[in-house]
Amino acid sequence: MSTNGGARRVREMVIKEFRQVRRNRGLLRVIFVAPVMQLILFGYAVSTDVRGTATFVVDHDRSRDSRDLIEAFTASGYFRLAGGSERSRDLVRALDHGRATVGLEIPAGYSRALRGGDEARVQVLLDGTNSNTATIVRSYAERIVQQQSARATGAEESPAVDLRARAWFNPDLASRNYNVPAVIGAIMFLVCLLLTSLAVVREREIGTLEQLMVSPLTGRELIAGKAIPFAIIGLVDLAIVTAAALLWFGVPFRGSPPLLLAAGVLYLISGLGIGLLVSTVSNTQQEAFMAALLVFMPTILLSGFMFPVSSMPAVFQWITLLNPMRHFLVIVRGIFLKGIGLDVLWPQFLALFAMGVGLLGLASARFRMTAR
Amino acid sequence: MSPKPAVRIERLSKSFGAFRAVEDVSFEVHPGEVFGFLGPNGAGKTTTIKILAGLLRPTSGRGEVAGFDVMRETREIKRRIGYMSQLFSLYADLTVEENISFFAGLYGVASERRAARRDWVLSMAGLGEHRRRLTGELSLGWKQRLALGCAVLHEPPILFLDEPTSGVDPISRRNFWDLIYSLADAGTTVFVTTHYMEEAEYCNRLALMNRGRLIALDTPAGLRAAHREPILEGRENRLEMVEPSLEDVFISLVRDAGGARED
Ligand SMILES: Nc1ncnc2c1ncn2[C@@H]1O[C@H](COP(=O)(O)OP(=O)(O)O)[C@@H](O)[C@H]1O
Ligand SMILES: [Mg+2]
Repeated sequence: MSTNGGARRVREMVIKEFRQVRRNRGLLRVIFVAPVMQLILFGYAVSTDVRGTATFVVDHDRSRDSRDLIEAFTASGYFRLAGGSERSRDLVRALDHGRATVGLEIPAGYSRALRGGDEARVQVLLDGTNSNTATIVRSYAERIVQQQSARATGAEESPAVDLRARAWFNPDLASRNYNVPAVIGAIMFLVCLLLTSLAVVREREIGTLEQLMVSPLTGRELIAGKAIPFAIIGLVDLAIVTAAALLWFGVPFRGSPPLLLAAGVLYLISGLGIGLLVSTVSNTQQEAFMAALLVFMPTILLSGFMFPVSSMPAVFQWITLLNPMRHFLVIVRGIFLKGIGLDVLWPQFLALFAMGVGLLGLASARFRMTAR
Repeated sequence: MSPKPAVRIERLSKSFGAFRAVEDVSFEVHPGEVFGFLGPNGAGKTTTIKILAGLLRPTSGRGEVAGFDVMRETREIKRRIGYMSQLFSLYADLTVEENISFFAGLYGVASERRAARRDWVLSMAGLGEHRRRLTGELSLGWKQRLALGCAVLHEPPILFLDEPTSGVDPISRRNFWDLIYSLADAGTTVFVTTHYMEEAEYCNRLALMNRGRLIALDTPAGLRAAHREPILEGRENRLEMVEPSLEDVFISLVRDAGGARED
């Protein structure tokens, strides 16, 4: 009888929650409009492709081969001619003044060395202030120089294959394909965290929480009644944002939609758990909002969203294992780009499941229907 | 043999840190009576009610509501009481009907009784025509009657009302007390706090709290009689025993008890 009554109380909570969401225009915007706009904005913003980099050229060789090399740089689209001169000094000055990010210096004798089968050297100077950009630009430049030397010598034997360069050198902007699925993960987490962290606190503020606490509703039922509607909303969001990613950015989707849905459910449970925990320890909506942002920052920094986990210090790599977003990003990227399945992704699924159950359990255990 | 008390507390105390909000309070409330709980702001009335409603754990002492222990059996208690907090606490963004249906579901009102209970609340609160309006748009008097209706949807034997009529006009207050009386006539025990002295007169018995302590407990008539004072009356300046108003009684009792708390 009591379990039956419990299910009914949870159902009443869910119905009530949906009615309130339906009447709240601000909330509807946060749920349905903001995520799509964020996806589009971030989709462009996080692109790590570097195009049209300002390039200053000093050509001491002034041969056909040197002109071909410069032409290859600009034709690639990754470099844009920002100036040229005969003096190396000008190149340094252009970099110092920020008029160029890349300097290309072709020494006299470049063509002769190239034709003679010797090592043909060119110098590429980079503004390393933004180390990310510099790394990428450098690999583009290396690739172009190698290609040119291969073409000039007419050699069939391709230059030594540089795997890293190949991954970066991506004519169809694969960095966006890599980043947009991650943006989906970040947006879902943010929406979920904000909605749920405010959900219980709002009731505490307006006094209805006390009315719930004095009813037969248990802490666990309250948490379920709050988690279920927001999980449903989060899944609808996942579908909308995924559709927008496919339609707007044309990101490939090579894996299984049901698997993405399953991952979404597990991931949302973790997000809801954290949000509800925030909610149970905050007294005002402002407090909850601040706490949610405090949680969001490290979650995103330690997720591999912007900085690859593999390049973090070992301690932080361990910490990322406790971050649901890290696991979800591995899953979405895997499903979108590689089309891999549970046979590969099961550790991430398992981790998300364990964290979700743990966090929700903690939230309902923390929530007391009788204050001390 | 009197029947089992609806509420019984014994040496109940509640501290918030070093601050003693309720101190060593004992009394009983009889089934079916309208029990008035009075006292200046900060006297500890709300704290006591929250302990009885299972919202707060007492620091020491014992308490029973409907025969269940306020320390260990709060779940049993919550099924048997109605509670209206001193803050309005229905959902402003739900309609009148949606609020009723939500609380009916929460309290497990049987499906076949739900329509009847809903109609009863709508008619007792006079909200039949406004059933589809958002609760937040109603006047305070209506909101309070609706809140009372929602608190008794499950027909609890004991009802706790914490300043249910504060801030509303005298007519609405009168209407509200008519509802309290009809509930009491039907056998409900009503435990009510108030600021208004004319409301105190409507109660069967009154408990007066000050600084967390119980300083008086009697019927309104008993309290007045105990504070009769000789006063020079008439043309012959005869000494007459005159009954003071309840307000005078309370003011002198609070003064004798050291005055009200300064918050
Ligand atoms: N949660 C709390 N923490 C600290 N002090 C409290 C708390 N709740 C109430 N108090 C204090 O306890 C005293 C009694 O409060 P209350 O029971 O609300 O009085 P009343 O309802 O009679 O006005 C007040 O001084 C109040 O400030
Ligand atoms: Mg009070």
